[in-house]
Amino acid sequence: MSIFVNKNTKVMTQGMTGKSGSFHTEKCLEYGTQMVAGVGPGKGGKEHLGIPLYDTVQDAKEKTGANASIIYVPPPFAADAIMEAVEAELDLVICITEGIPVLDMLKVNAFMKGRKTRLIGPNCPGVITPGEAKLGIMPAQIHKPGNVGVVSRSGTLTYEAVFQLTELGIGQSTCVGIGGDPLNGTNFIDCLSAFEADPDTHAVVMIGEIGGSAEEEAAAWIKENMKKPVVSFIAGATAPAGRTMGHAGAIVSGGKGTAEGKFEALKDAGVIISRSPSTLGEKIKEVLG
Amino acid sequence: MNLHEYQSKELLATYGLPVLPGYCCYTPGEVEAAADLLGGGICVVKAQVHAGGRGKAGGVKLARSSSEAREHGEAILGMKLVTPQTGKQGKLVRKVYVEAGCNIDKEFYLSMLVDRAAKRIAIVASTEGGMEIEVVAEKSPEKILTQLVDPSVGLQNFQGLQLGIKLGLPANLARDFAELVEGLYDVFMESDLSLLEINPLVLTKEGEFVLLDAKCSIDNNALFRHPDLREYQDYDEMDPRDLRAGKYGLSYVGLEGNIGCMVNGAGLAMGTMDIIKEFGGEPANFLDVGGGASKETVTEAFKILLGDSNVKAILVNIFGGIMKCDVIAGGIIEAAKELSLSVPLVVRLQGTNVEEGRKMLAASGLNIQPADTMADAAQKAVKAAQ
Repeated sequence: MSIFVNKNTKVMTQGMTGKSGSFHTEKCLEYGTQMVAGVGPGKGGKEHLGIPLYDTVQDAKEKTGANASIIYVPPPFAADAIMEAVEAELDLVICITEGIPVLDMLKVNAFMKGRKTRLIGPNCPGVITPGEAKLGIMPAQIHKPGNVGVVSRSGTLTYEAVFQLTELGIGQSTCVGIGGDPLNGTNFIDCLSAFEADPDTHAVVMIGEIGGSAEEEAAAWIKENMKKPVVSFIAGATAPAGRTMGHAGAIVSGGKGTAEGKFEALKDAGVIISRSPSTLGEKIKEVLG
Repeated sequence: MNLHEYQSKELLATYGLPVLPGYCCYTPGEVEAAADLLGGGICVVKAQVHAGGRGKAGGVKLARSSSEAREHGEAILGMKLVTPQTGKQGKLVRKVYVEAGCNIDKEFYLSMLVDRAAKRIAIVASTEGGMEIEVVAEKSPEKILTQLVDPSVGLQNFQGLQLGIKLGLPANLARDFAELVEGLYDVFMESDLSLLEINPLVLTKEGEFVLLDAKCSIDNNALFRHPDLREYQDYDEMDPRDLRAGKYGLSYVGLEGNIGCMVNGAGLAMGTMDIIKEFGGEPANFLDVGGGASKETVTEAFKILLGDSNVKAILVNIFGGIMKCDVIAGGIIEAAKELSLSVPLVVRLQGTNVEEGRKMLAASGLNIQPADTMADAAQKAVKAAQ
């Protein structure tokens, strides 16, 4: 099993005809993901990469049975694209786009209240269930099917962790990038509880970073609910306060959101701490025995 | 993007919010003329730099006459203001804001920001005006009042009113306060602010509210829809390295160590800094070349690193996903040749097309130390920088 995506997930791409939309849709196809539709207003009836295009998400869903979407739409229009997909009642929406205004995401979050769609991202690499489906921009070849769940706010740092696991012969059940923005859809707790419920996930790697309190909230949840082992690293222990470190959400402000505070909270919750990003794989190996 | 106090007040004034009259001045002569225009009586000369704690550092002075204002202008303009937020080197004061005085009765704190956990706009108020809110939060958290606004419904009048009553204001002033909060909320939403802080908000002896200090930060990601606000960007306040990096779509933060870092992805870039520190080194910077860097951006990134005289070694850590390792290797080789690389270079490549990339580096004849893992790379870079 896996979480969120599997070989039966049928995927449409919003913003498929752009440069990165095209490139990554092709890569997802190569991986074997069911890429069934593309959405672009005014493009309905045409084809791109051999995939039919539709004017609206609703149309694409009705004609192809797609239940998930990946969004590459540029930042000024991305929030609108998310809301269109939510309105069409897709099960899953993954927004890759980086640079969406915070107030737009605030609006999206309010819009999503009481609706069924799960949003992952924005500003994230997507989700992969190795051997089944890849919905995102991660390099496929470093992954290997297996039993470790990975959840992270960072893209390349996730690749680093996955690479370490695969090198040690440890496969992954599902890897989820929840994104580096201050406001996102799916959070750590959503992923941790899904991993806890997934019989094929035996341990979890959780990679956080400075800024906000998502890791502290996750720690509190783990303490109460999680039985499976979690290994964690927090990036940014050496980052100066008050500066945004690449990701819009990675900022220590007013003494809040420090790496130390997060490490402390996670340790207190019984999480196995990897102080270094290079020992995540080893720690999981120890845990799995 | 941070606004200066005078810019913030200019923005707030366009919404009819109560700010005192004032002028931004670049020379002592202008300061004196501004003081004259304000009536020649009491005025305040305030350093305009992007840093808090200006008052304690001597950057804010009260003057009783225009000539005294001029003297303060002479002292403050050109000074290096050192506050807890500027670092030891301080910030050069290039301009001051000369503002009319007022009769202060009470001082409050008022701010708005996006509450990440609640996914709401938080309005924060306190009776402890003029103090750093973090200090208040630490010492007397009960004095911090918060109202959360649901963005789909917007701010409701009772929310401002409740805050006003809890601040101890009589009903008529609480109503004025609620109106003020509404005005500030409009600015926050319409200008895509990430922070709006009024500290202090003053109640004068005449019973009027005045925004005595104001700090606005605009969400960088929303600047595309505010071309007018973009003009508030003060390039003098920016680290020239940051500025140059921004031009090429690189994300850069200058630090004080001696190991220059070039990494793809924000998390991996922070992780690289952390691991350098773990092995006893100090990173000179955070530099994220992004997911889609080209040869040109890699070359520019190198130029920025080499332009920093503190840099004694360079660590490149690239996890090729979308970005292919052979392309990165090509960029490194080209940049190293063009710039006649003068410091040791440690390169760790991993991911897509890694073998081709490593072969290219080995065949280049350049003095590059290859590394297999992050730990290996960090250890080599720390050693090389010693």
